[in-house]
Amino acid sequence: MYKKPLPRPTLESKEFWEGCKRHELLIQRCRDCGSYRHYPRLLCPKCNSENTEWVKVSGKGQVYTWAIAVQPFHPGFAEDVPYAMVIVELEEGVRLMTNIADSRPEDLYIGMPVEVVFDDVAEEVTLPKFKPAGK
Amino acid sequence: MTTLKDKAAIVGIGETEYSRNSGMSNLGLLLQAAKRAVEDSGLSIKDIDGVIPGFMGITAEDLISNFGLADLRYSTTVHMGGASAVASLQTAAMAIATGIAHNVVCLIGWNGYSGMRAGAVGVQMQTMPTMPMMSNLREFEMPFGSFVPAHWFAPLARRHMHEYGTTSRQFGAVAVAMRKHALLNEKAMMKKSITIEEHQNSRMIVDPFRLLDCCLESDGAAAVVVTAAERAKDMRHRPVYIMGIAEGHPDSPDQIPNRPVFTEVGAKKAAPHAFAMAGVTPKDIDVAMIYDCFTWVVICQLEDLGFCKKGEGGPFVEGGRIELGGELPVNTHGGLLSQAHILGMNHVVEAVRQLRGDGGAAQVKNAEIALVSGFGDLGDGSVVILRR
Repeated sequence: MYKKPLPRPTLESKEFWEGCKRHELLIQRCRDCGSYRHYPRLLCPKCNSENTEWVKVSGKGQVYTWAIAVQPFHPGFAEDVPYAMVIVELEEGVRLMTNIADSRPEDLYIGMPVEVVFDDVAEEVTLPKFKPAGK
Repeated sequence: MTTLKDKAAIVGIGETEYSRNSGMSNLGLLLQAAKRAVEDSGLSIKDIDGVIPGFMGITAEDLISNFGLADLRYSTTVHMGGASAVASLQTAAMAIATGIAHNVVCLIGWNGYSGMRAGAVGVQMQTMPTMPMMSNLREFEMPFGSFVPAHWFAPLARRHMHEYGTTSRQFGAVAVAMRKHALLNEKAMMKKSITIEEHQNSRMIVDPFRLLDCCLESDGAAAVVVTAAERAKDMRHRPVYIMGIAEGHPDSPDQIPNRPVFTEVGAKKAAPHAFAMAGVTPKDIDVAMIYDCFTWVVICQLEDLGFCKKGEGGPFVEGGRIELGGELPVNTHGGLLSQAHILGMNHVVEAVRQLRGDGGAAQVKNAEIALVSGFGDLGDGSVVILRR
């Protein structure tokens, strides 16, 4: 039984989560000015256009920063501590909050190259996680 | 050009007991703090025609019905988390300067220990509609284990350490200074002194934040009465004038990962406006109350407020500079870290005490100008500059 909280997709975000289920990382891009944005937004914050497409991105990036949860605050994560909450910056410039598979917290460093892996945590939900690049 | 400078003054302050077991409802705490603030001002409760209840679940209607207010002219609530207390002074001053209301009570408080634990906001408040970032956190961060304020801000602190060499011992200098001040404050919840070594040995909560980097969780409430400057002179205490005030919102205020600059918070945008309105500079500030939910947040704000350059906040807090007797005494009541977590309204109250000359053992000699900062939600900022 999966005890961690699951995302509840909205009208604005359902493409992102449906992409994850297909093991594709989709990010919004403005059709007018070409800038990427995340988390999902109705309007492009640069040019305010609502003309948006979902683009499959490379899934490559690097560790921007992280923190290590030592004290558990949620029962679903009680057995995971210490675990790293990692902010990854994708090649396209946007960042995500995620976890790094196949890596110990003490091995993390800012700038560490990583690539996306998909974790099918529940029948309806897949979470985008990352692993050290090339590993 | 019209300005809010010196148009309004704080004329009353009130606080409940600060504890971990108030035995009172949220509303009960807030009513007590508000009554004490009004009594302190010399006004009657019936003179209150404006209220700004904090975002923790009470309403203007609660205040009207309990206080029997016959003609409440103005009410609003500021939704900026820990930046709300200071930001509420701005809207109070605006209401007063425009004649909408005459005597406005700003009040905030909670059962932050015996009720909803302050440190677990996020786990316990996932459906709180008044915290604008909760939907993003719930959908994109909680599934990865990021729930509570310590989770939100620790990645920012790590970036600051990476970019500027800020150290955990420097975080510790903030904790030690706040504790020293708390020992002089009879309302303070923390009664034992601490050392940098004890800070370094305290258990890790969310690396890089140790236990002693995290503020208290407290039950209590605080309130202030704001009125027009020309009426303030005739009241019971020496008035404390609002010289300059502003709020500031960080870029990407509803999520942290895509914030363009991780080492700046809302105070960076608010401070220039507040200083310009007041016509003073950071050098003119005699005492500062800096919102201190985490030690690192103090360091970052000292930079963003202009007390030192970006990246120099770590060295700035060392060597007793922010302690009583230092160049810039900070949080002379002990702050959220060591007095109590009253959402920053206790900071406003302490600034008023200092400017009245009622600071007791923690009085900064000849304090004429004080700054109070608020910091809330994912880095919203508010700044007020007060003078006697």
